[in-house]
Amino acid sequence: MSEVHGGTGDNPQQGEALIALRDVTTYFKTPRGLVRAVDGVSFTLDRGKTLGIVGESGCGKSVLSKSVMGLLPKRNVVRGGSITFEGREIGKAGPNELRELWGNQMAMVFQDPMTALNPVMRTGKQITESLRHNLGVTKEFANETALQLLTSVGIPEPERRLRQYPFEMSGGMRQRVMIAIALACGPKLLFADEPTTALDVTVQAQILDLLDAQQAERFMAMILVTHDLGVVAGRADDIMVMYAGQAVEKAPTRTLFAQMRHPYTEALLKSIPKLDQPSHMRLDAISGRPPDLVHPPSGCRFAARCPYAQERCRQEAPPLVVHDTPGHEYACWFPVGTPEGAEALAKNQAAAIAATPAGGH
Amino acid sequence: MAFLLRRLVRVITVVLFVTFFSYFLLNLLPGDPVTSIAPFGTKEIKAQIRHENHLDESVPVQYFSWLKNFVHGDLGNYYTPSSSSPVSKDVKTRFPVSMQLVLYSLFLTLIVAIPLAVFTAYVAGSRTDRIINTVLFGAFSVPDFALGLVLAYIVGVKLRWLPNSGYAPFGSGLWNHAKYMILPTISLAVAQIAGFTRVLRSDMIATLQEDFITMAKSKGISGKRVLWRHALRPSSLTLLTVAGLNIGALIGGTVVIETIFQAPGLGLLLTQAIRGRQFIALQSTVAIIAIAYVLINVLIDILYSVLDPRVRSGAL
Amino acid sequence: MALSSTDLGANLAKIPTAAGVKVEKEARKRLGITGWFAVSWLSVISLAALLAPWLPIAAPKADFLDLVEPNGNPPFHMAAHILGLDGNGHDMLAQTIHGARVSLQIALGAVLMGMVIGGTLGLMAGYFKGKIDRVISTVFDIFLAVPALILAMSLVAFLAGDPAKPPTGIFNIERIMTLALGIVATPPLGRIARASTLTWSEREFVMAARAQGAKNFKIMFVEILPNVLPAMLSIALLSVGVVVIAEGGLSLLGVGVNFTDKPSWGNMIAQYAQTDLNDHPWLVFTPIIAVFLTVLSLNMLGDVIRARFDARETTL
Repeated sequence: MSEVHGGTGDNPQQGEALIALRDVTTYFKTPRGLVRAVDGVSFTLDRGKTLGIVGESGCGKSVLSKSVMGLLPKRNVVRGGSITFEGREIGKAGPNELRELWGNQMAMVFQDPMTALNPVMRTGKQITESLRHNLGVTKEFANETALQLLTSVGIPEPERRLRQYPFEMSGGMRQRVMIAIALACGPKLLFADEPTTALDVTVQAQILDLLDAQQAERFMAMILVTHDLGVVAGRADDIMVMYAGQAVEKAPTRTLFAQMRHPYTEALLKSIPKLDQPSHMRLDAISGRPPDLVHPPSGCRFAARCPYAQERCRQEAPPLVVHDTPGHEYACWFPVGTPEGAEALAKNQAAAIAATPAGGH
Repeated sequence: MAFLLRRLVRVITVVLFVTFFSYFLLNLLPGDPVTSIAPFGTKEIKAQIRHENHLDESVPVQYFSWLKNFVHGDLGNYYTPSSSSPVSKDVKTRFPVSMQLVLYSLFLTLIVAIPLAVFTAYVAGSRTDRIINTVLFGAFSVPDFALGLVLAYIVGVKLRWLPNSGYAPFGSGLWNHAKYMILPTISLAVAQIAGFTRVLRSDMIATLQEDFITMAKSKGISGKRVLWRHALRPSSLTLLTVAGLNIGALIGGTVVIETIFQAPGLGLLLTQAIRGRQFIALQSTVAIIAIAYVLINVLIDILYSVLDPRVRSGAL
Repeated sequence: MALSSTDLGANLAKIPTAAGVKVEKEARKRLGITGWFAVSWLSVISLAALLAPWLPIAAPKADFLDLVEPNGNPPFHMAAHILGLDGNGHDMLAQTIHGARVSLQIALGAVLMGMVIGGTLGLMAGYFKGKIDRVISTVFDIFLAVPALILAMSLVAFLAGDPAKPPTGIFNIERIMTLALGIVATPPLGRIARASTLTWSEREFVMAARAQGAKNFKIMFVEILPNVLPAMLSIALLSVGVVVIAEGGLSLLGVGVNFTDKPSWGNMIAQYAQTDLNDHPWLVFTPIIAVFLTVLSLNMLGDVIRARFDARETTL
């Protein structure tokens, strides 16, 4: 599997990348069988760059970020593949090693600030705890730093907020607090797992801008996980689209939006409601459901829902490779925007019309 | 402020009802209360009983006289066929004994149940967990007096390691005091531990699945800190609730355990009062115990708001 | 449609420590070995208790004085008296079975009373809410303000009166105990009925029934009650165990069925604890084991039923 690099050019030097994943798998043992939540994902990311991981719920993107950080339980979880951080293999790291990394080197901003913050602990304590434990600073210094952190994430009256409990704050403010906690010890890599999903639309942009600003200031690498292509549109350097536990398309952002190739990516983009569409227009939802991850289909996993799918797709899984544009990988036999793809689509549409009885719909 | 006032009103109402109930018990006696209390007594003693307890007057008058006396520390008298002696003296000496037993049991319960619950929640689903749970289930089904009798026999009679009756106050030396309290405390604590641990464990298992625990872990703090500082605190409310619910059972248990181990507390007083037909003493003692229980519950309510800031601000 | 495996995987990721799979399996407890053991013991003991007067065993208070050994008659030493004899020559097996009769009668009676009265009051409180709820809840709270055993003991002690003249006839001591324990059982059972009713009344089928013009009481008893009953059932089973233990405690305190009249598990324990604990401990342990097995079985059964209905709730 070839790798995508965070915009530094096409010839990678392993030593440069901050974090590199190779063929990472994460399976869960359940009574129904082995759930292949993440089934062979690879990427690399440099400091200062943002990778957006996009996909619908259940595609494995959250599991992937938790797996990379090492936050999954040990029981009934099978992890494979290699994860290197600053050149060191951390895929099989023990709890002590991981704890060294957490907070200092890598941190995560969770999805729902209401449930991710301890409801019975003051916010100040939740921030200073990380500082004192990881950096060993004094209480006074930690409090000072906490104040600065709160200010830097845009929270007014930080002294008051330090002493408050999470339930006394609005959703947007709680998310800022969570970002402050994550950034407290200056990590090199930040995972943002659906950071705006639980927030109002008006607040979403603010939070994303905040993350952007912090990243630039600290020269952090950031992995932005979301189901919303719109969120990563202007903010990620590279985007990886995931479906059913696998990466189906990887490209620098502009390339992805200009020449998307995978039908799933196209469908994702189409399903975003646009302001200039006429009202009451039917939303373009992707029909069908994701495949069973215990017994995934042998061919392309998206075939059942793909408007371009042909017989070959159902038999043979397409590999994730670079085709013509360097840095742009996708896994498809009949990609969007290619003559093969167009032909396949036309064939399917004709067959559909032939199949419906006269008068259709 | 209004919150506190409302609670105060409620507490006073409950206390009044409880005292009325305790007082009213005397009216439950079949026939003439005096014959129940002193069937073989002299005429003088009978008249004294009647007079001191206002038995010839109407219920409201009786109640208020009784209440007045009670508040002033007059808890009525013991009546033998020919004499009488005040109950309050006895209650004063016996109250600390029962209190000690309750506190020691509570303490033992907490220091065993909390770590046990944290541990089993952490290893939930493993073989160790299942074994411990089975043992706890069994312990939960053993009545405290049964355990008391078994311990009294095995440890007290067969092994002769500890005395199985009697009491020595705290002042007479630590071991001297402790050796009489060990068996009763263990008897009371075992069933409590089983109940506490099970409830706290399931509460913690639920808490451990919350997002903020994963978040706390991701900060790089130690697993122990996550368990004790983050996971336990939200569950402490449940702990308090269970403690509150169990105190009543604990008090009831203390009463029986004192009788088994002949520890001179309020419980033994009750038993002796029943055997000796000392219904006045019985009534006063019941009142004392009931009021103590109400006050303990008030204390627990206060602790509630201290532990959960959400309750304090009225948000919950 | 059933939970897709992708949802399952994503949810498992939320559990930092527990073995999600195993914990889930525990919850869906089938009637395993423990369940069958519980059912068997309970069936045997209930049947024996029911048929006691007609079983081919000795009369409980018949004395086989000539068979009494100086060192006592422990169990499994004599074929004719498989559980031995007590100091007065009474056959232990007969006493245990007749004791079961008395103790179980009291326990079942009390819990039945609690279910009927508490259940009805709880249903009303939960359905009508408002003032009715406030009144009923306050009544419950008042009774709950006194520790349960103390309440039961005082009710029985005062209703029974002079311990030398135990009441007979319509209001004999067993009935008094059943009444007192029933009163004690009513508030907790009522509270559960109320809580359950509150949740169920919110459901749409109640609104639908009302819209069809059904009368309140019909809705309460035909629509809501069948749903509240299962939750109460498991609590009821546990309560029977609690009351059996309570009867033991009360006997130890000196209130209860008179031993020389009729054996009950409680008064057997109380009597032998006083006279035979040191020299013939098996006399005490025989009724204790009977109580323990019964309470254990009831707890097991209650647990199984609760698990069954918890599962049912989630699939709704």
